[in-house]
Amino acid sequence: MLRYVYGTDLKQTPRLADSMFRDRARQFRDRLGWDVNVDGNGHERDEYDDLDPLYVIWEGSDGLHRGSMRFLPTTGRTMINEHFTDLLGGGTLVSPLIWECTRFCLAHGAESRIAAALMLGGGELMRHFGVAHFAGVFDARMIRIYRMIGSSPEILGSAGDGKSRISVGLWEFTPEARKHVSHRAGVSPELSETWFYRSFGVPVRQLAETA
Amino acid sequence: MNIQPRPRLDMILEDLERISEPADLQEISERLREFFRIDHLVYHWVSAAGEQYGCGTYDRSWAQRYIDQDYMRIDPVIKGCYQRFHPVDWKQLDWSGKATQAFLKEAMEFGLGNQGYSVPLRGPNGQFALFTVNHRCDDETWAAFTDQNRRELILCAHYFNQKALEFEPDRAPTLARQLSPREVDALTLLALGYGRAQVADTLSISEHTLRVYIESARFKLGAVNTIHAVARAISQGLIVISTSAPSGSVADPLTHRAQG
Repeated sequence: MLRYVYGTDLKQTPRLADSMFRDRARQFRDRLGWDVNVDGNGHERDEYDDLDPLYVIWEGSDGLHRGSMRFLPTTGRTMINEHFTDLLGGGTLVSPLIWECTRFCLAHGAESRIAAALMLGGGELMRHFGVAHFAGVFDARMIRIYRMIGSSPEILGSAGDGKSRISVGLWEFTPEARKHVSHRAGVSPELSETWFYRSFGVPVRQLAETA
Repeated sequence: MNIQPRPRLDMILEDLERISEPADLQEISERLREFFRIDHLVYHWVSAAGEQYGCGTYDRSWAQRYIDQDYMRIDPVIKGCYQRFHPVDWKQLDWSGKATQAFLKEAMEFGLGNQGYSVPLRGPNGQFALFTVNHRCDDETWAAFTDQNRRELILCAHYFNQKALEFEPDRAPTLARQLSPREVDALTLLALGYGRAQVADTLSISEHTLRVYIESARFKLGAVNTIHAVARAISQGLIVISTSAPSGSVADPLTHRAQG
């Protein structure tokens, strides 16, 4: 199922967090050869993990990580504004309505529907939190997969060569894309919303009546 | 023109930009309340050291009571928003528990409504603030309100917090807010009367990408919409429009008005 977890709350689900950071090491260091730091625990972590980002995580029935991505609002520090401004023609992107999405990661052997489910989760953030755009930093080889699941980013530019090629792009979620991605994920919009509320709190009717 | 007698958000934000005293934030909060047509609007700052500052339209005696009783300890809005960056509907918070129920009951006796929506703000050096709208109405009305006003509330929250931060004596330098070259290009063409499709075409970017640049420029300029952003960019001299452009050089600018 999809879980939405802030960095400060990862300690409440230590196995899930541990497996996420390990899977990130496998994907970004081992498979893609990105120049990332892996600590003594085998965790791939960077300075943006210390900024208390919001993670969208697919948790398998065994409680372990299957896929994830990381969000930070562009009003604070972001990877794009600190490392990739040349791909935007110079200058920064700054708005509480534009969030950065980085470290899109799939566990080794994860089914492709999990990538779609993560996209569905991104769509929930947009619908519920007023986010207008996601600006992403991702593995250029994922573009084909994104297209397949019906959620193609628009590429602004790329850096690096071969398998370590990194792209910066924009995501947009339309209601049609939501349907398509939901179908690909095998997760109904209703179930997706249920998971969303499980993480962020189920709206309780009429606060006043309980008072 | 037959317009409703509603305060204009762009004018309130212009005045917010201009104020020079922290006390002036009070009047801005009252005008924003009027604009959004709700019972209450409150700004609540909590420093890393736990000091509080606030302004807004709650009854003063409630604000005093809140501090005297140190209600921050049990206020579910503080608990539910601290260290977050997503807006929170009060209905999603945990109001169970005896102390919390008593707190809620008392708040309502002081005139708070049953509905609330708070935008958490993360500032420099662990600064945390909340921008809250509060109202008495049924769930459907409130859902429609938050749906319709979510983005404007988020923007107002951030503009309000930026201004409050400016008044900090030893404030940390904030992120540079200069317009990027692409943002300047986009606003310049919009100011010349190009439509969005033409601007995108001229800059060889997609309309989606253009919307992102406009969104970012709008925030950097403290603006409420695209027209406001263009106006502010011109008045601040960030974009320069030749008033004597030879006719025909910009594809009939007057027939291609910028869209809000």
